[in-house]
Amino acid sequence: MSELHAITVTVNGTAYERRVEPRLLLSDFLRHELGLTGTHVGCEHGVCGACTILFEGQAARSCLMLAVQASGRSLTTVEGLAQSQSELHPLQQAFWEAHGLQCGFCTPGILMTLVPFLEENPDPTEAEIREAISGNLCRCTGYQHIVEAVKIAAEKMRD
Amino acid sequence: MTVYRSLTMKPASFDYTAPASLDEALALKAQHGDEAKFLAGGQSLIPAMNFRLVQAAVLVDVNGLRGLDYIRLEGSELRLGAMTRQRRLERDALVARHSPLLHEAMPWVAHPQIRNRGTLGGSLAHADPAAELPVVAAALGARLRAQSLRGDRWISADDFFRGLFTTDLASDEMLVEVALPPLPPRTGTAFTEFARRRGDYALMGVAAVVTLDENDVCQRAQLVYLNAGEGAVTARQAAALLQGQAPSASVIEAAAATAADNEINPMGNVHASPEYQRHLARVLTRRALRQAFERARTSTPPS
Repeated sequence: MSELHAITVTVNGTAYERRVEPRLLLSDFLRHELGLTGTHVGCEHGVCGACTILFEGQAARSCLMLAVQASGRSLTTVEGLAQSQSELHPLQQAFWEAHGLQCGFCTPGILMTLVPFLEENPDPTEAEIREAISGNLCRCTGYQHIVEAVKIAAEKMRD
Repeated sequence: MTVYRSLTMKPASFDYTAPASLDEALALKAQHGDEAKFLAGGQSLIPAMNFRLVQAAVLVDVNGLRGLDYIRLEGSELRLGAMTRQRRLERDALVARHSPLLHEAMPWVAHPQIRNRGTLGGSLAHADPAAELPVVAAALGARLRAQSLRGDRWISADDFFRGLFTTDLASDEMLVEVALPPLPPRTGTAFTEFARRRGDYALMGVAAVVTLDENDVCQRAQLVYLNAGEGAVTARQAAALLQGQAPSASVIEAAAATAADNEINPMGNVHASPEYQRHLARVLTRRALRQAFERARTSTPPS
């Protein structure tokens, strides 16, 4: 085993210090070292999008990064979206209202993909929404309700 | 070491280093040679390591290096730093103005989440035959600058790509810069591809670059294909059919047929037989050429 590296990573505003093997993926670091299991792990080669997080505010696949690469960096995971236990993020609320999830496995990755998308494009067309989530696989919904949810969320977030 | 840790390690073990300077990175590469890999965006390398298709003794993370992330004009040539993120290339106004082919191809490169991390140099050095950027580099006659402690050298795209995941880079060299020469006047470009899902590796794709003379006769043409062989595949016979001709529908059709039937060598995969890939190549070539010629007719040089 190679040498452990001491890292400090800020996730959802909290700084965590850990010692990790270089080969530990960021996705596994979040789940197993920090217990933030909202970030899901599907394909582990960058196809399914379930592990999408915000890395310095930009959507990225956490399964395609190493935990050591996040040292000194600031991340947001799905756990950081809701303001409190009782108040969902408008995007989460819209997914709930429009039945944008069934099993929910893909949902965290889709939410984290859409947060920066809606910040950049507050009034997206349906085609733009579909392209935005093209890197996230959902095997339940057929995407229709997800697209509906994004439209509802975009409208709410513009108000 | 707790049990879950050993269960959750995907890549094989390696030593990790994140040098602060290019010289330091190059010294590490010179020291470890093929045992070391540069980690740029990691969007191809990490999945390959997760599958254990690639094992490196040392990973040299070059994300902390300064001065390799830029887009600028030098004279009339577009110069791009190897660590420039793909998302930046996609959105950059200078790229859009001076390299419309690169601008058009960028949204086809994987998904936004991947382009946020993936780099220009990483994709070129990876030399995946299904990737867009090597095709664009070949179609535009790009020059690529490799650097080592021994010095640096410029390599033409034709010489740089040596086949399946293989480049001309020596074991102590790093790709640091890409130069895209200016397009001649009355040049039009087009890029198109077909994938089952937007952002996935395309089943087939083509870049077309054509130049017209003052009589709308094709002076020069270049057609380069992805997922059509062991690297970016250039269809020289098809290009020769176009040269000296007015680009009529029948001339375009003949070029498309020649490229698709004789010049590419698609290997097929679970999604497409080689015959289907050839069919796609023919259709996509027709579309790309029509569009490139139309753009050449109406082109205005970048200001």
